[in-house]
Amino acid sequence: MSEELKVPTMAEYVAQGKQPEVLFWVGCAGSFDDRAKKITKAFVKLLHKAKVEFAVLGAEESCTGDPAKRTGNEFLFQMQAVTNIELLNSYQIKSIVTACPHCFNTIKNEYPDLGGNYEVMHHTQFLKSLLDEGRLTIDGGKFKGKRITFHDPCYLGRANKVYEAPRELIEKLEAELVEMKRCRQNGLCCGAGGAQMFKEPEKGDKDVNVERTEEALNTNTEIIAAGCPFCNTMMTDGVKAKEKEGEVEVLDIAELISNAQDL
Amino acid sequence: MEYLPNICFAIALFIGIAYFTRNVKKLIRNIKLGLDVEVVDQKPLRWKNMLMVALGQSKMVKRPIAGMLHIIVYLGFIIINIEILEIVIDGLVGTHRVGLKVLPVHVYGVLIGTFEILAVLVFVAVIVFWLRRNTIKLQRFWNSEMTSWPKNDANYILYFEMVLMALFIVMNATDVNFQSLNSGNIVSQFVADWFSGLPENTLHVIERTAWWLHILGVLIFLNYLYFSKHLHILLAFPNTYYAKLTPNGKLNNLESVTNEVKMMLDPNIDPFASPPEGTSPEVPAKFGASDVQDLSWVQLLNAYTCTECGRCTSECPANQTGKKLSPRKIMMDTRDRLEEVGKNIDANKGVFKEDGKQLLDNYISREELWACTTCNACVEACPVSIDPLSIIMDMRRYLVMEQSAAPAELNNMMTNIENNGAPWPYNQMDRLNWKNE
Ligand code: SF4
Ligand code: SF4
Repeated sequence: MSEELKVPTMAEYVAQGKQPEVLFWVGCAGSFDDRAKKITKAFVKLLHKAKVEFAVLGAEESCTGDPAKRTGNEFLFQMQAVTNIELLNSYQIKSIVTACPHCFNTIKNEYPDLGGNYEVMHHTQFLKSLLDEGRLTIDGGKFKGKRITFHDPCYLGRANKVYEAPRELIEKLEAELVEMKRCRQNGLCCGAGGAQMFKEPEKGDKDVNVERTEEALNTNTEIIAAGCPFCNTMMTDGVKAKEKEGEVEVLDIAELISNAQDL
Repeated sequence: MEYLPNICFAIALFIGIAYFTRNVKKLIRNIKLGLDVEVVDQKPLRWKNMLMVALGQSKMVKRPIAGMLHIIVYLGFIIINIEILEIVIDGLVGTHRVGLKVLPVHVYGVLIGTFEILAVLVFVAVIVFWLRRNTIKLQRFWNSEMTSWPKNDANYILYFEMVLMALFIVMNATDVNFQSLNSGNIVSQFVADWFSGLPENTLHVIERTAWWLHILGVLIFLNYLYFSKHLHILLAFPNTYYAKLTPNGKLNNLESVTNEVKMMLDPNIDPFASPPEGTSPEVPAKFGASDVQDLSWVQLLNAYTCTECGRCTSECPANQTGKKLSPRKIMMDTRDRLEEVGKNIDANKGVFKEDGKQLLDNYISREELWACTTCNACVEACPVSIDPLSIIMDMRRYLVMEQSAAPAELNNMMTNIENNGAPWPYNQMDRLNWKNE
């Protein structure tokens, strides 16, 4: 795929003396992870479709510090945070949208103490507001009538009590939303949080992502919808471990909406 | 001799209350061993949480069966204890059922009748609780941290409640005068039948014995609390008041680190300059926690409040997949270590004598700490608003910032962040490459 996406940076905006309506915080996974890059692009296409004037930081963006903080390295976290906040403040950023619940949580909840105050939205919340404002239309397309289950990311759900926005978007696809036994407040983690993504799990009798994937498969779902690049990886690995790649797809909500309309 | 019972009663009451006060003081002393944090914000919301979660049991009913049974026992417990007021007055003054002297018979009857019905409900609920623990053997009551003491403790309390409720009914059933009023003896009239035919003297002896055992039982129960997970009946109130109000996802900010980071990043500050006179450089003794004194007093209050119900552990993804981590064990270990430190202080005239032990390693292993996904399931599940995750995080902070003892893969990840601004070894300049791929 080599079609060029138009993705303006903050530096470009400032050079033209303009301010975007929202900053898209891409995040490390969204920038570098092959699977997550597809989510990033799907989301950008939706932003274009809704004619949102957005910008990214590009090479100026740096890790929010979430994995360092959750490992226990408050120094490294704050170094990252303070540097990022200085940059964001120098660009006078007011609102931020991100497709990563970890970035979302960190910027929203942990940056204010260090001088970074922004309106922060998860991309599902932002897409929902675009929908409500009539700037974005959602069409079920090939997902009409499909069984879709939503895996609540811990850092979106329990951490920040966002449960409805992703579900409302799925319902707009005219798909059949099937819930897992443990959902919303009781949702089971995918196993990646708290920097577990970057290490082997401790000794146990099962991997968390397999346990969660089994629960998702028990709903007889055709698609596992995710709202986090790390959950996405964990659930994709889980589906592979259960040898169901042919039957069940793991897709981000942004991908669902974008693919449905063949963007 | 006439006043002997009153004197005995006064002495028993005095000892019971004095000993309880001593325990409460010790409890407060131990909790204050924690770091001082100020919790003075958003008072109306805090009161509301306390009313909802502690008094209203709003989080208990998330598991409807256990929740409803618990509400019965809890309401019964509180309401029946109104009766204690009468017992205490009777005991001290030498009256008998003083309530009948100050209240119209039917009002008194309604009160006692309510207590009797509640007593039966509590009795039944407690039996179901016992069955759930011992016969049905619900998994969460049998995890590995549920060693013999926690299991026995839970059962002792159930036996205690059964006995207290039975004594209350027997006391009413064998009170000839009360039965003859035929008001309020809703349950005890049937029990009275079992005693029919006994001479009035014998009945009186049984009634007095039940009365004494009941009040002595209550006093013993009061003093057992300190040693038991049952302390939650008192501490649930302050604990829910002081619980965290910010979103679950927010981890606290370490201000000591903020100062250093600001210094490192500010070119105008000379890091080698001596601090201005009169101010001491605020270097904390330690980053993170390796022992109970490094935790905040709220975290220590959490530990004393834990009911050992295991709802947290049964929701924990690490525990469910066979890892050693159990958030309940984190709380139980914290309390056990805190008690150990408290006893050490008592034995050494008020100062802690180094005992070569600490919460980390001697109680909580690194393997447990590193298995946590910070998913907040434990925090969400806890019916009394305890935050086991905050202790796990403070201990990780100690491991990483004081001991550089993170797992190797995590050290790699952090080196990457330091060098490239991402947890993977990619160049920061390539962050936007995706748009052309
Ligand atoms: S936050 Fe950690 S301890 Fe608590 S439930 Fe999740 S994995 Fe378990
Ligand atoms: S921390 Fe809360 S949920 Fe866990 S055992 Fe203690 S009281 Fe129960």
